[in-house]
Amino acid sequence: MDRSRYGVDVLVVGGGNAGLCAALDASKAGARVLVCEKGILDYRGGNSRHTRDIRYRHESPDAYTTGRYSAADFRADIERVSAGLEYDRELADLLVEESASLPDWMSAQGVRWQGSLRGTLNLHSSNAFFLGGGRAMLNAYYAAARRRGVEVWYEAEVVDLRIVDERFRSALVALPGPRHVEVEAASVVVCSGGFEANRDWLRDCIGDAAEGVIVRGTPNNDGRLLRLLLDHGAAPVGDARSFHAIAVDARAPRYDGGIVTRVDSVPFGIVVNREGCRFADEGADLWPKQYATWGGLIAAQPDQIAYSIVDSKAAGRFIPVAFPPHAAASLDALIETVELPPATTRATLTAFNAAVRGDGSLDLDRLDGNHTEGIDPPKSHWASAIDTPPFYLYPLRPGITFTYLGVRVDADARVVTTAGTTLRNVYAAGEVMAGNILGHGYLAGLGLTIGHAFGRIAGREAAGDR
Amino acid sequence: MTGDDLVLRAARQLEICNACRYCEGYCAVFPALERRSTYAAGDVHYIANLCHDCRDCYYACPFAPPHEYGINLPQVLSEVRAQTYRHYARPRGLARLGGWHGVNVARAALLGIIVFASLAVIVSGPQAVTSPHPGPGAFYDVVPWLLMLVPALLGTAYVLLGWVASGYAFWRDSGAAGGAIGPAELGGVVADVLSLRFLRGGGQGCTYPDDRPSMARWSLHSLVFYGFGLCFASTCAASFQQDVLGQLPPYPILSAPVLLGTVGGVAMVAGAAGLILQKRGSDRRAASSWMTDADYAFIGLLGAASLTGLLTLAVRDTSLLGVMLVVHLGVLAALYVMAPYSKFIHFVYRVLALVRNRGEQALEAASRAARGVQL
Repeated sequence: MDRSRYGVDVLVVGGGNAGLCAALDASKAGARVLVCEKGILDYRGGNSRHTRDIRYRHESPDAYTTGRYSAADFRADIERVSAGLEYDRELADLLVEESASLPDWMSAQGVRWQGSLRGTLNLHSSNAFFLGGGRAMLNAYYAAARRRGVEVWYEAEVVDLRIVDERFRSALVALPGPRHVEVEAASVVVCSGGFEANRDWLRDCIGDAAEGVIVRGTPNNDGRLLRLLLDHGAAPVGDARSFHAIAVDARAPRYDGGIVTRVDSVPFGIVVNREGCRFADEGADLWPKQYATWGGLIAAQPDQIAYSIVDSKAAGRFIPVAFPPHAAASLDALIETVELPPATTRATLTAFNAAVRGDGSLDLDRLDGNHTEGIDPPKSHWASAIDTPPFYLYPLRPGITFTYLGVRVDADARVVTTAGTTLRNVYAAGEVMAGNILGHGYLAGLGLTIGHAFGRIAGREAAGDR
Repeated sequence: MTGDDLVLRAARQLEICNACRYCEGYCAVFPALERRSTYAAGDVHYIANLCHDCRDCYYACPFAPPHEYGINLPQVLSEVRAQTYRHYARPRGLARLGGWHGVNVARAALLGIIVFASLAVIVSGPQAVTSPHPGPGAFYDVVPWLLMLVPALLGTAYVLLGWVASGYAFWRDSGAAGGAIGPAELGGVVADVLSLRFLRGGGQGCTYPDDRPSMARWSLHSLVFYGFGLCFASTCAASFQQDVLGQLPPYPILSAPVLLGTVGGVAMVAGAAGLILQKRGSDRRAASSWMTDADYAFIGLLGAASLTGLLTLAVRDTSLLGVMLVVHLGVLAALYVMAPYSKFIHFVYRVLALVRNRGEQALEAASRAARGVQL
């Protein structure tokens, strides 16, 4: 078969959760669907592989959750994390409504469930956890797609979109070989994620610090489709120069290290930068509310590196990291395990230990008020002298999860231009448009909700363009 | 790879799993590894034998090869189990019998057949082996009762002692006492074993032989397991009829020994054949080649034992009886001799791991209750 030209009803760009939702619902509506997935089969689904739970509205505890999470609760959470910045309230309301049916829909595709994982108690009433995590979910979707006859091309990168008079005509797809295929379709659904794996683009946002950032997910999210849509007049939404980042172990792989590189030791001790100085309040707020600020804090330090230092009182108190900590019987020996200036670091530790007030109980489930006095920055809670050997150290770097910049869409997931018109048969779902609702901040499991809800909407609408 | 290297490699993977925990709902392996933060050799062997190789986690893992973490628990834990089997094989002196390898098993079966054939010829005469034997005591006309009873009793004692010694050594090394094991925990273990619970993976069966979950492997293993139980019951029933009621075999078709043995034998043959066929088409990336060889050797031997048993039944009224009986006894002898050194031993370590798991669960529940934590 000559594949230099190829025709389908609906072309889906990107085989993550949003793309598969779009493909499945477009196929159910009768469309012939092709999914172009940039990754190899083993890595299909991009960052969806690293997900594990989905946030959705449920007015009473159900089969998937232990509590109620009403529409009002959901809307209030979105409002809270927006921190006063603009977002599309109409789309947010639509998302909340659409979210209610998602777990049942997922089950119908073969997704299975488990109780909330250990260490995620804060989420067990609002979020449902699927069994085995994101890759198991994707496997179920790909199996459902195969049953439905949805075509999937792996290692298929869409490198250009031909959009004429605000109407999509075809996409140029690069395949291994290398060879190129021009895919013509009645509509296109772009589900290609953000640009967090594009170092040049990151450099535009944070300068040379981009080099010191670890990308927690797929190396494939280079933002090419996002850029193409913006170049075709799509209106940008979300914080264009910012991204969600947490503290990860500095020994993590540069890409795709996933959840296991996350370091939760920070509130148990102190964090110093390369100069051996503290630079932020390690006990500013409850850790689940605070952890997402640490990526940015570390990115602002020299060489984008920092060191979390705790003592044996913290051992076993947080979810372990994939990399064992540096350990030593004395603080001096611990400092020597990494390139930290001994005198300054020692002075920082001594000053911190002398400034600690309270019973040093380290109860992270509540704001315990054990704070420091007379040091800057202060530690507001869980201040406890670092004095009980053995001592442990985790080297930290900023780990970027996703970027916020996206394209504006309407309630049909159709891409909206800066002129206020729509690209009539161009749809977007998932991270590439999440900025309409989450243009800032973070809410666990919301990315999947957005991908699923708008993926399904986009799939149904796109099927109608035949 | 030496044992210590293997344990370190497995421990490294378990550390990464403990930092992830996405697979927590699949089986007992993940809660067990989450109860620990370090993995000594005993922990690794315990966790490895708790793993039933359902492979759900392999296909769910975002860090499976080609990822640089290279997480592949079914494969590495299978290699550890291989080490468990070799390391704890008792009596140690006979470990070179090596029932892990198909070729050794085949040799043993052949030798067993030769030995029983020779005994039959020497004791009963060549005529006895090649002519039909109508009426009660037919089997004993070929191989006298004592020549069956004495090897069977000695063999049973040897196998049981070997299994107990192996199990004891494994239990001693596999970690600190896992909490109080009372009737409730033992009841749980019995339920785990009888339902082959962890061959149902996270609920939809093993992800085996390919990337789709299926109950086929659970069904096939159940056929072999319960078929084996029925064959054992058949032997007990025959013993009762002979030694208590004084009725010599062969027994009529509609008798307990023949019915139980026929149903059990057919189940075992079907189950063994199905397991072998599945394995031939299974995903080798998640397997250890040593264990695959051991699986074929053991399943093949079990299948041969049940098939020759059924054939003996089928030809018992013909002149082929003597030959078939000798073959069946020879294969059974190989099964006995190899029992401590073949995959047969797997159930000993699995059951002990399940016992330890139930004990740990009870301990954890108790400590959670003491802390007043509700989950």
